[in-house]
Amino acid sequence: MLKQIEGSRGVAEAVAMCRPEVVCAYPITPQTHIVEDLGAMVRAGELKDCEFINVESEFAALSVAIGSCAAGARSYTATASQGLLFMAEAVYNASGLGLPIVMTVGNRAIGAPINIWNDQSDSMSMRDAGWIQLYAETNQQAVDLHIQAFRIAETLSLPVMVCMDGFILTHAYERIDVPAQDQVDRFLPPFEPRQVLDPADPITLGAMVGPEAFTEVRYLAHHKQMQALDLIPRVAAEFTEIFGRTSGGLVCPYRNNDAETVIVTLGSVMGTIEEVVDAMRDDGHSVGVVALRSFRPFPHTALRMEMKNAKRVVVLEKSLAVGMGGIVSNNVHMTLHGSSLPIYSVIAGLGGRPITRSSLHSLFLRAMDDDLEETEFLDLKTDIVERELEREKKLTRPGSIAENILRDLGVVDAAKTA
Amino acid sequence: MLSVRIHGRGGQGVVSAAEMLSVAAFLEGKHAQAVPSFGSERMGAPVVAFCRIDDKPIRLREPVLAPDALIVQDPTLFHAIDVLGGLAPLGFLLVNTGRNIADLGIEKAVEHLPKKHVCTVPATEIAMKYVKRPVPNAVLLGALCAETGVIGIESVVKAIEAKFPGRLGQANIIAAKAAYELAARA
Repeated sequence: MLKQIEGSRGVAEAVAMCRPEVVCAYPITPQTHIVEDLGAMVRAGELKDCEFINVESEFAALSVAIGSCAAGARSYTATASQGLLFMAEAVYNASGLGLPIVMTVGNRAIGAPINIWNDQSDSMSMRDAGWIQLYAETNQQAVDLHIQAFRIAETLSLPVMVCMDGFILTHAYERIDVPAQDQVDRFLPPFEPRQVLDPADPITLGAMVGPEAFTEVRYLAHHKQMQALDLIPRVAAEFTEIFGRTSGGLVCPYRNNDAETVIVTLGSVMGTIEEVVDAMRDDGHSVGVVALRSFRPFPHTALRMEMKNAKRVVVLEKSLAVGMGGIVSNNVHMTLHGSSLPIYSVIAGLGGRPITRSSLHSLFLRAMDDDLEETEFLDLKTDIVERELEREKKLTRPGSIAENILRDLGVVDAAKTA
Repeated sequence: MLSVRIHGRGGQGVVSAAEMLSVAAFLEGKHAQAVPSFGSERMGAPVVAFCRIDDKPIRLREPVLAPDALIVQDPTLFHAIDVLGGLAPLGFLLVNTGRNIADLGIEKAVEHLPKKHVCTVPATEIAMKYVKRPVPNAVLLGALCAETGVIGIESVVKAIEAKFPGRLGQANIIAAKAAYELAARA
């Protein structure tokens, strides 16, 4: 059924149709609307046989999900930014224990400096925590990925993180085709846990494993994720059969068949890039784009297939490994290991900076001339950076960088008068 | 594609206005996208929201930089931020004020716009009269229908009903229709 709703509402409706038995909630912007909506549905009796648990922190949210999932209940939670960091230990435990929890991350920057806006530093910080990570480009995709996430998670007995850009998607009202309950029921069978904590038939979970077997446990975790590379496209194909639209999968190419300049990205910036690709194709340029839908497991083979005609690769990402460069581009380097293709890493949209068509257009034109640095910062205000570096050279006590820059930009004064 | 940018202050329902406009467009079978541009939300702080309307799916996710229509819910913003920035040469301007454009000190800035594309409506007064609250958002959507003709008033009425069921919605609908009549006569 077509609806004009907020992305968060769409995700809440999709999650509700997956019949979760436990939803643990702790509010943090920009994810809050999702669990608020689910809470309202439980209260109104629209979401039946579900316990909505208000917890005292994100650490508790995921810990409760671990407990309820281990007891055989389909469990869901959502978080963002510092909230994800606060639950970090539990994030590793959920995957280490093989518990198929589904969690939404409403992607947001990590402080300090404190910033409530969108980038993907939060989910990227947990990229190696053993969860499957899926990234949505649109709210339709976010809805569909959540339904697929439960299927993938429970088939492999692994947790899945569905990542959607904060505000840009979570707070956007747009048209969503919300599936019908009977479609979801046909697609997603009841949860059959592989391991259950049951007082009537006691077992233990979470044994201590020493050097004699730890490598093997980790190897098997890796092996499971490699299995997901086959499973994710299969689940996507089944989804299409029942819901009648293409969704999910490992990668999503756009006008990339013969592209000489291949853009690789993930998340909601895909749509804006598609617009730029169309404009550049009209001008006769050979440009295409590929969105990564699955980041963990990383789809090396599927991505390599998109590079048939590539002369260069531009990885555009909303995350930064400080002291190294782009996180996603580092992964793409491994995909293209042994090839001589130049790979450019572009850091964009940090802390909510808008990524505009005009900036992308000039960036891609420069890429076609191989006129990019190995690591570029899109729309970096170099004058502001220079001023701060100058200050640090001259003064023994230059003060805090964040406060200095806000003063240079006039933001501090503007806030007083506006 | 039609791009709308709405300026106001926290508490004036700027974000809800963009949402309702997108719902109205959806009800007419169009694709629409409404997004807030969030700051740290607090009463009185400048707030911006965007709405795009098109016949095909909307992929663009940048802020609305060059709006075809601009709604200004609080005219004091003209002196605080660049409200008119990027307004299309044939764009529409709708301002919530009981004064005229010259009194607002923006006559020069909007003189290039077609006369019929500049509209003022005392939306807060209308809201106080019918809704008993100083919230001009739904009222201005009524005026926008009359000024631009891109969305039907009946669709806006349905969108208001969906957002605010019951008496609050009905009062807003009467106020929006009053603003529609006022803007249609202007």
